[in-house]
Amino acid sequence: MTQTILTVDDSRTMRDMLKMALVEAGYNVLQAVDGVDGLDVLQASAPPDVIVTDINMPKMDGFGLIEAVRKDSRYRKVPILVLTTESDAAKKMRAKEAGATGWIVKPFEPTKLIAAIRRVAA
Amino acid sequence: MDTMAEIRQTFFQECEEQLSEMELGLLAMDEGNADSETVNAVFRAVHSIKGGAGAFKLTELVQFAHSFETALDHVRSGKLTPTPEMMKIMLRAADVLSDLVEASRDGREINEANYASIAADVKALTTFDGVEEVEEPIDFQPTIIDFGMPELAIEPEPAASQEHEYRINFAPRPELYANANETILIFRELNRLGAMQAFCDAAAIPSLDDIDPNGAYFSWAVQLKSEADIAGVREVFEFVDGEADLTIESDGQAEVSDADIAALLAQALGTPPAADTANASEPSAEIIPISTMPAPVAASSETADVEPAVAPVQAVESSKPDTKAAVVPAQTTIRVEFDRVDRLINLVGELVINQAMLSQRVIEANFAGSSSVVIGLEELEQLTREIQESVMAIRAQPVKPLFQRMSRMVREVADATGKEVKLKTEGEATEVDKTVVERLAEPLTHMIRNAVDHGIESPEVRLAAGKPAEGTVRLTAAHRSGRIVIELSDDGAGINRPKVRASAINKGLIPADMQLSDSDIDNLLFLPGFSTAATISSISGRGVGMDVVKRSIQALGGRISISSRPGLGSTFSMSLPLTLAVLDGMAVSVAGQTLVVPLTAIVETLKPKKSEVHGLGSDGRVMSIRDTFVPLIDVGTQLGFRETPTQPENSVALLVETGGGARNALLVDSIQDQRQVVIKSLETNYGTVAGIAAATILGDGRVALILDVDALVSKSFEETLVGELHYGTGG
Repeated sequence: MTQTILTVDDSRTMRDMLKMALVEAGYNVLQAVDGVDGLDVLQASAPPDVIVTDINMPKMDGFGLIEAVRKDSRYRKVPILVLTTESDAAKKMRAKEAGATGWIVKPFEPTKLIAAIRRVAA
Repeated sequence: MDTMAEIRQTFFQECEEQLSEMELGLLAMDEGNADSETVNAVFRAVHSIKGGAGAFKLTELVQFAHSFETALDHVRSGKLTPTPEMMKIMLRAADVLSDLVEASRDGREINEANYASIAADVKALTTFDGVEEVEEPIDFQPTIIDFGMPELAIEPEPAASQEHEYRINFAPRPELYANANETILIFRELNRLGAMQAFCDAAAIPSLDDIDPNGAYFSWAVQLKSEADIAGVREVFEFVDGEADLTIESDGQAEVSDADIAALLAQALGTPPAADTANASEPSAEIIPISTMPAPVAASSETADVEPAVAPVQAVESSKPDTKAAVVPAQTTIRVEFDRVDRLINLVGELVINQAMLSQRVIEANFAGSSSVVIGLEELEQLTREIQESVMAIRAQPVKPLFQRMSRMVREVADATGKEVKLKTEGEATEVDKTVVERLAEPLTHMIRNAVDHGIESPEVRLAAGKPAEGTVRLTAAHRSGRIVIELSDDGAGINRPKVRASAINKGLIPADMQLSDSDIDNLLFLPGFSTAATISSISGRGVGMDVVKRSIQALGGRISISSRPGLGSTFSMSLPLTLAVLDGMAVSVAGQTLVVPLTAIVETLKPKKSEVHGLGSDGRVMSIRDTFVPLIDVGTQLGFRETPTQPENSVALLVETGGGARNALLVDSIQDQRQVVIKSLETNYGTVAGIAAATILGDGRVALILDVDALVSKSFEETLVGELHYGTGG
């Protein structure tokens, strides 16, 4: 069955790149532009198989989104990968504390992205 | 790849938006009224540019954005408090970033030497006590993205490496499951590396009553045969680092000490450590051999779903309205090609004309004013006007981007001239036709340069004059009676009138004994070939002076005026039409023809007396208006409508002002009325006619020509020699 990935990023460029790589690899893609929008999209659709989210976003950042998603029992088991430009350990730690499953370092290679998704997607 | 090219385009479009956002935020910070969200927005903008740039391998852009971002991050975290000097660097950095984006977009060569000093300044911001802040290494090496990848697997390199045997001890902690990692998925990945066997140690499972659904009670001993090296195996556990106890041991690739292994092996094999023997009554650990693909085992995976959904959901929902309320809803927009809008505007123009013709017919048919036809027609007229305005609004754009560009100009010129200048803008949201915005950029740039270069004094001079060292240039826009008025003022020294006058006389622009009022002198600035700068600077340049500015403004159907007070500064005021598709004109009759004169050109209308008109030369005529002589142009003969000049006393004179402040009187037969006309290009439909700007269609269906006053005046000069009176200064 085709898996669905929700991508949350305020950058149109990044959303497009994610979509291109994911569609190429045969995934369904849902998109949101920030944390608040991400939660809205989640409410409006069936739970995705994986959420890929940026950290720096307006309105609600990636940490906020992860925390909110983890608090909702419906999405507790949805793996969340954070996109981070830094391999900054502190940022990864914070994401982990918020409940992130793993991370993808930007700029990502499609192979790495897909590998990371496959690693966490049931 | 096409998609890639499209995304690249998207990236640069987005960069534009982000640069604008960044600039706005930085200016707010500079003003000292930036909240944390503003700083965040600036940071995000730079961060996003860096992110996208990395994907497109724009190394210089990435590196510069990176140091800029680092500095901003320190401001964000409060490690740096913005000072005016710092903001100056930031603003300059913003300019460099824009340049780099532009150069990257156009694929131009980037010369790092050009911005090396700013780059160093930015770096210095993040250097504390002489030590550069431990910056995370730029492991942000741009990667080439090949989207045509044939396969996605991260299969280990099929290099000639021999097979290793790994023994892995893996004991997940509850956090691992809480973050939606799964033992089974990790095993699935391990299984891709080679043949594996996993043994589950379920010894830690408490009695059913004590089981925490979110707990983690299993630990695993895994045997793996793989060609992958130990790093490759470890990578499988990358995401669960710190969420599980993990040891990986391999033949010849030892990672942990033998002692550790012995202890761990003992643990994995279920041999309780000596200290635990007291608990011997508990069921002894059972070793469950599991085939290569274990069934789902994670204790939490099933139980977690059973848990009732209560408070957390509410928490999510209640937090939402707050975040939403604080944020202005994003406007939804669509992109439309300009051609389509222009076609629509054209059609609406036709509609307006058609409606006017219909009205005319109805009047001719003598319907009663109260008849339903007349009332219906009035409604139609109303609707037509509304449609016209709405369509014009589509082409309208706020002047904000234009103003933003000017703030950069001010910074650059101020830097180059060693002055301290701040640009204050007002009314950025004022909208005007896109073409007007575009064509305003050049004259405005020029005026801003002038204002900083010539208007504002150096800090020392200002301080000596009792003014703040920092000068202010104010740029405002506002709608006023159907036009947009843009004002540019500075608090500099004002126009040095004696110097301007002397300069004009030196250059032979005016006779030495000419009597001029203050405002006349100010207007000398608009004369072609005038430039006051004693030393010609690279900034304001030479020659391309205010006359060009004035001509550009007039070409847009606008007017420009100047006022100045010595020691207090100067103000340039421009009034422009909101659209170039319609024009306010005065309909006049000349030799049975209806012509339209743009209202902006007309200063006043007069009824000439015979005594006021004097002959000059063979067939030239001038008219005396309040003690000055103004060339009289007979529109009828000038355009070839008739051979013999009309009698002035039977005509009306329109006093018009053209480029250079020159005034002339246009002689027409009579004035019909004042009206808004839809401009129809003559060039596209017929050809260029000297003295005629465009055409329009009148209510009765006839075509009327719109006069190009400037061209008509110069055409008349070519034909008649009016000599010194070329420069006529009207009352």
